[in-house]
Amino acid sequence: MPSEHWTHPEPGDGPAAAAAQPTPEQVIAGLRATSEGGAELTQLLTPEGERVASPQFDRYVDDIDAEALKGLYRDMVLVRRADREANAMQRQGQLGIWVPLLGQEAAQIGSGRALEKRDMAFPSYREHGVAYARGIDLKEVLGIFRCTDHSGWDYQAHRFHPYTIVIGNQVLNAAGYAMGQKFEGKVGDEDSEATICYFGDGATSQGDVHEGFVWAAVYDAPIVFFCQNNQWAISEPTERQSRLPLYQRARGYGFPGIRVDGNDVLACLAVSRWALEECRHGNGPVLIEAFTYRMDAHTTTDDPTRYRLSDELEEWKLKDPIERVRAYLARGGGADQAFFDQVQADSDAFAAELRDYCFNMPEPPPDRIFSHVYAESTPLLDAQREEYLSYLDGFIGAGEH
Amino acid sequence: MADLQKLTIGKAINLGLRRAMEEDPKVLIMGEDVGKLGGVFRITDGLQKDFGEQRVLDTPLAESGIIGTAVGLAVRGFRPVCEIQFEGFIFPGFDQISSQVAKLHYRTQGKIKMPIVIRVPFGGGIGAVEHHSESPESLFAHIPGLKVVSVSNAVDAYWGIQQAIKSDDPILFFEPKKLYHSGAMKSEVDTDTTPDPLFKSRVVREGTAVTVVAYGPSVKVALDAATAAEDEGKSLEVIDLRTLSPLDLEPVFESVRKTGRLIALSEAPSESSLTSEIAARVQEECFYSLEAPVLRVTGFDTPYPPAKLEEHYLPDLDRVLHTVDRSLAW
Repeated sequence: MPSEHWTHPEPGDGPAAAAAQPTPEQVIAGLRATSEGGAELTQLLTPEGERVASPQFDRYVDDIDAEALKGLYRDMVLVRRADREANAMQRQGQLGIWVPLLGQEAAQIGSGRALEKRDMAFPSYREHGVAYARGIDLKEVLGIFRCTDHSGWDYQAHRFHPYTIVIGNQVLNAAGYAMGQKFEGKVGDEDSEATICYFGDGATSQGDVHEGFVWAAVYDAPIVFFCQNNQWAISEPTERQSRLPLYQRARGYGFPGIRVDGNDVLACLAVSRWALEECRHGNGPVLIEAFTYRMDAHTTTDDPTRYRLSDELEEWKLKDPIERVRAYLARGGGADQAFFDQVQADSDAFAAELRDYCFNMPEPPPDRIFSHVYAESTPLLDAQREEYLSYLDGFIGAGEH
Repeated sequence: MADLQKLTIGKAINLGLRRAMEEDPKVLIMGEDVGKLGGVFRITDGLQKDFGEQRVLDTPLAESGIIGTAVGLAVRGFRPVCEIQFEGFIFPGFDQISSQVAKLHYRTQGKIKMPIVIRVPFGGGIGAVEHHSESPESLFAHIPGLKVVSVSNAVDAYWGIQQAIKSDDPILFFEPKKLYHSGAMKSEVDTDTTPDPLFKSRVVREGTAVTVVAYGPSVKVALDAATAAEDEGKSLEVIDLRTLSPLDLEPVFESVRKTGRLIALSEAPSESSLTSEIAARVQEECFYSLEAPVLRVTGFDTPYPPAKLEEHYLPDLDRVLHTVDRSLAW
């Protein structure tokens, strides 16, 4: 059993226990993309589109009938289509950079749709699908990548924190926010709140993530740590981050950790709902490791062919998060061809709208450089602003003489 | 009727914190040992007893954790006051300070405010081991989005900490640890008055021959030097900067136009520092008034030395007087 391979001997266990220590190959097999995610992987829908019964988690998706599942399917298709459009726009020079989510739609839509409106989400920078699930118009995300803005949306209205680019910073920020929810007594009753925080497998090496786990545990903060293990931190594989499957780290902090099939939208929804419920009851935090795969590059500046084998990609294509829902819906009669065609048409229109918006996005005026550095500005900054704008004014009409 | 109390700087900050917590239930104090112990310098003494563990948080031992969770608490609507035990330990929190605390307001165009105060005991002269005597304030003054202040007396300490907590901007509050409990620096604090604005520097001693600008622990050195200089018939004007970012240099410019001479005094290394900035700005603004170049008296461009050598490292009265003579000899 892979789970036994990952059990480390305790001091004093003697030679027998030492023999149970995993070989490097076994450790890597437990960590790596080429595995099935291990025996403890929670899955409700197989890559072939077969529904798997789960005594523990079925009740969390009881309400997901064919109509609801079609909704999740549509969400995933739309965000993938938007992602592909943005990727193409970057290639055409319309975006400075893009961070693709291809392959992670189920992890993001499943967890994002598990949230209540009153919950708070702290993303990293790849969470376009979660943003969409939080009701953010993806146009508002584009400004970051067209470099007209650092953050477009109203974080309070959508309960979705600005993207955080410094790896792992948001884990502490989210832990602090969840501490605030706890301090305000927003756990343990009807209108309980929870926080979810997104980060990647690479981030788990950061001190801030460790500290975030410590703080959350010490203060019983209602926070779900949602690690999307997409197997690659740019070119560094998971075994460069850990000797242990990431979800098992939670035990060291004294809270539950669970590994879910990150390409299974139903499982991601169910496990996230369970974890959020734990938080609402005051039992948080919880670590979820969504075992998934980054199908595209880290960003558009990256070249994954330099560091990973195409076999690996081909293998993961068989586990596509969208295709399995499609197969399930088609086979069970939950959706007909007209539905799939309609979703495709909707997603094309969605992408066209995004493209149109991107091409016509206004550039911010120069005085934006100086705006909102402080809540209360400073004389030096005011003087710099005035001087620079007056310098710019000097060019007006200069060419006419 | 004015309510006057004679307080040390340490006690003034303690009372200022207490009053801020009484006035606003969203004010939290968080840091290592700030609760039961009252902080290693006892500045938060008694606060946890009266306000509880949820408002005075004895946190786990990690500076990034203290600052990073304060960010989230601020997003939630709290007003965290973080204590960093010693300035040399602030660097694990530097990432959160520069990447999040300083930038979230700008990044969100004002939608997220960061009303965080980070209290930093700083400076030398206490005979401590490594990492306990440094002056890293210039590093923070260089970061847009942060405000940096340093107090030199009990009145500013009492009011300044309250004003910093009320501010919607993140503030690094540098406290001269050597003077926390100094009886010589006790002063009467009127707790029932309208305080000076926080971000203003101030002439603390008038003079005519040379201007000396200082902040935090160096203000006492400047004042002592001024007293000694007076015996030698030299009149020094002393300015307490109080605010390191934004720098309020108007009183300095005004003073230099009068004296024609400026000495910038600080314990920090001189290269690329606040004293460098002061020198640059004064020559821009007061070029024709200067009778001598702006001179600096600072720590050396070395790491802080073993404390047995700190009397050589720290600018003292004699080094200031020596530099006054150099300025006047020009």
